[in-house]
Amino acid sequence: MRNLGYTIKYAIQRILLMLLTLLIITLICFVLIRMLPLKELPIGDPHTDVILAQREAFGYNKPYLVQFGIFLKNIFTRFDWGISDQLYFGQNVADIFLSKLPATMLVNVYSIVLSIPFGIILGIVAALKKNSWIDHTISTLTMVIISVPSFVYAFLIQYFLCFKLGWFPLLMKDGTDYFTWPMFRSMLPAVMSLSFGVIAGFTRVTRAELTEVLTNDFMLLARTKGLTKMQATVRHALKNCMVVILPSILSEFIGIMSGSLIIEKIFSVPGVGGLYLNSINALDYNMFLLLTVFYTVIGLLAGVVFDISYGFIDPRIRMGSKK
Amino acid sequence: MMETGKSEYSSQNTNGANQVYEHIPAEKFAFAQMDTEIRDTKLQTKSRGYFADAMIRFKKNKSSVVAAWIIGLLVVFAVLAPVISPYNIKKDKDVVYRNFAPYIESVAKLNIGIFDGAQTYSSANDLNLQKYRGIAQETGMDPLLEITGTEVTYVMERGQMVAKNFYKVKVNSYYRIGVVNQNVSYDTFNKIQQFQDETGIQVLYPVVEQKDIYVKMSESEAKSVAVDANIWYQCSDVKGTPILDKDGNFKPAYCTDIKKAGPQDQVAYHSLRIAGDDGSYVYSLAKSGSVSVRVCYYNYYQFQQWLADGEYNPPMYIFGTNELGQDLFCAIGIGARFSLLFALLVSAINLTIGAVYGAIQGYYGGAVDMILDRIADVLSGVPFIVVATLFQLHLAQKVGPVVSFLFAFVLTGWIGMAALTRKQFYRFKGQEHILAARTLGASDRRLMFKHIFPNALGTIITSCAMVIPSVISSETNLTYLGIVNLSSFTGTSIGVLMEQGQRAMTTAPHAMFFPAIFFSLLMISFNLFGNGLRDAFNPTMRGAEG
Repeated sequence: MRNLGYTIKYAIQRILLMLLTLLIITLICFVLIRMLPLKELPIGDPHTDVILAQREAFGYNKPYLVQFGIFLKNIFTRFDWGISDQLYFGQNVADIFLSKLPATMLVNVYSIVLSIPFGIILGIVAALKKNSWIDHTISTLTMVIISVPSFVYAFLIQYFLCFKLGWFPLLMKDGTDYFTWPMFRSMLPAVMSLSFGVIAGFTRVTRAELTEVLTNDFMLLARTKGLTKMQATVRHALKNCMVVILPSILSEFIGIMSGSLIIEKIFSVPGVGGLYLNSINALDYNMFLLLTVFYTVIGLLAGVVFDISYGFIDPRIRMGSKK
Repeated sequence: MMETGKSEYSSQNTNGANQVYEHIPAEKFAFAQMDTEIRDTKLQTKSRGYFADAMIRFKKNKSSVVAAWIIGLLVVFAVLAPVISPYNIKKDKDVVYRNFAPYIESVAKLNIGIFDGAQTYSSANDLNLQKYRGIAQETGMDPLLEITGTEVTYVMERGQMVAKNFYKVKVNSYYRIGVVNQNVSYDTFNKIQQFQDETGIQVLYPVVEQKDIYVKMSESEAKSVAVDANIWYQCSDVKGTPILDKDGNFKPAYCTDIKKAGPQDQVAYHSLRIAGDDGSYVYSLAKSGSVSVRVCYYNYYQFQQWLADGEYNPPMYIFGTNELGQDLFCAIGIGARFSLLFALLVSAINLTIGAVYGAIQGYYGGAVDMILDRIADVLSGVPFIVVATLFQLHLAQKVGPVVSFLFAFVLTGWIGMAALTRKQFYRFKGQEHILAARTLGASDRRLMFKHIFPNALGTIITSCAMVIPSVISSETNLTYLGIVNLSSFTGTSIGVLMEQGQRAMTTAPHAMFFPAIFFSLLMISFNLFGNGLRDAFNPTMRGAEG
């Protein structure tokens, strides 16, 4: 119980620290982005007046710190991130972002869900058959697959499965019907391209962890008690492995939400990655700022969740303790 | 733990000795064994250093040795490819040979199915085949390599079922271009003739006019038909169905009206004539101030080279061309050169900054460590892609894309190295040899870089081998996405090549595969090599991942 209390205290500490880091990063990026020269707005467009009024309200002519204060206040009171002045002329940046989020998240959630069983099973097989040809094959493949970046798989999948064999459409379907079969089918190439690396990552973690646990004395004890190898592995070894595997799944899950820009570009997934690229090309600074904060949050959160979940899953580990 | 070394040192000073020295004077020291006999025997075996030991362990790891050789080969490729290739990616951008398959004339002539510029068309019809035959007969270069499949479909045409043949054909894409129409100045026209006379290569072919091709139409009707430079024979319809004589041969439709050729004092034709020409065929059509000619592009290509630098060769694209008409072989070499040099530079800078930063953090510990750690934390929290973008937006105009790109890598790249060095310093700074050196009055800097740092070197070298591929990978990612554009500096990069290849995937898969294969090979072998190094330098870490 004392341990749980300690873990919660540690978690709160970490989260507060993360928020502080986030605030500093946001401030730096905010100032750097506001320092960039603004693009001319088209004269005579009805939206131009709205945007100019909006800029006035956002304090564009005031000192940067005042601007930052207004920026934070707008976010916290109305979740107002400003208006897109180039890309989606006159529309609310946050609305556009939220409309793009589902596509990215779905592709990534599918790819994680697909990867977990494959990765863990391959890892278990490799660990149980340690130093046999099966283990060597799996380990070498894992090594190779991790080294090759995901967009190379995207090329292969797009060329062979989509173009040559015609199993899937070349690009992801447009529209918002995310839970229909044609949509799912058109997402699959992107999902698969992302999965290769994730599967290999899970395999590697599982294998490394399980081989270590299997050599522990309590495994020998379990066998001497009369448990079969299967029982001992599932009940004792796997449980212990999960201490490492679960946090890595969790952090992967959050980390992958930011998506892969390249995969999104190749399969033209109507998601956040494409929005980011477009916002840079069009110099739509409000959009760019929002996405910067988004990517930062994802990155920080993945690290924090990884650390905290360790403490919750395994009470023996006292994160951040002095000794 | 981290304060151990210091506290022991100070407690000894204050409690143990009568007098506290800042530095112990030299005369206080005396040799322990000046006169006694040393009974140790000399080691019989040859002593082996840390690095020699690591080298032996590394050599035992077969896959890493292979990886090291592959890296060597790829580096040699990057250095030599742009030298070997007769092309320069900035200068030589062919306007016709774009996204063309690998081709080397001498190998193609062997007819063994490689380097033959082959492109597959899945639904060529009879007319296409006739056209290929026409090109083959006129230029002597048969584009048709192989018919790999035939399919007969029946379609309703004017109330009747008509059989239509569709062929799956493999075509030499370089020969397929055949003859193209080109407007050239009088001067160039004469230069081409000079080239023909010197080399015996036929570039110019007799011109044709539509009215001679479409003999069944009125002159005005024929004029409105779109020009296809490869049709030099009489046709019965606008689709280009040839009118054949009783032996099945084409009927030439070459122009014989010398008045059409242009001012004779400027463009008199006195060079090679094609077979079957009795001297009446006309080789140019007058345009205002220039002439329109039909050139065999394969030979015209050689003429252009001859014009530029006196030498001429048939097209030789070992990896084919990309969508800009650049030689991929050369372009991959140029891109790889930049990637490797850039990665080395970035690693060197990050290694230095990170090592110094981490050393200070680890050595002093306490408040210094905490403050520096916070700074590193904040910096590492900014996603790299955002850093790269911001640097491009702010600095690229002022200092150029490469320098601003370098800054982006340096800004956050050293953090990993610093964390690693810090950890190693915590590990070693409490050890006895450090205490001994400190007692002897070694300065902080000397302790850090002479006594602690060498112990951490193995780990640091290993991580350096891991940093290089990750830098190359990030660089490729960003150039692929177009966030960073280095083309003005290097001409191209692996990422750009893959992006271009991906766009042309359906028609020219080679343009995507060659850069992708090169890149994957580089990544795999660097990672294998890095793993081997890690196992060699830290044998206790073997098998552990990280």
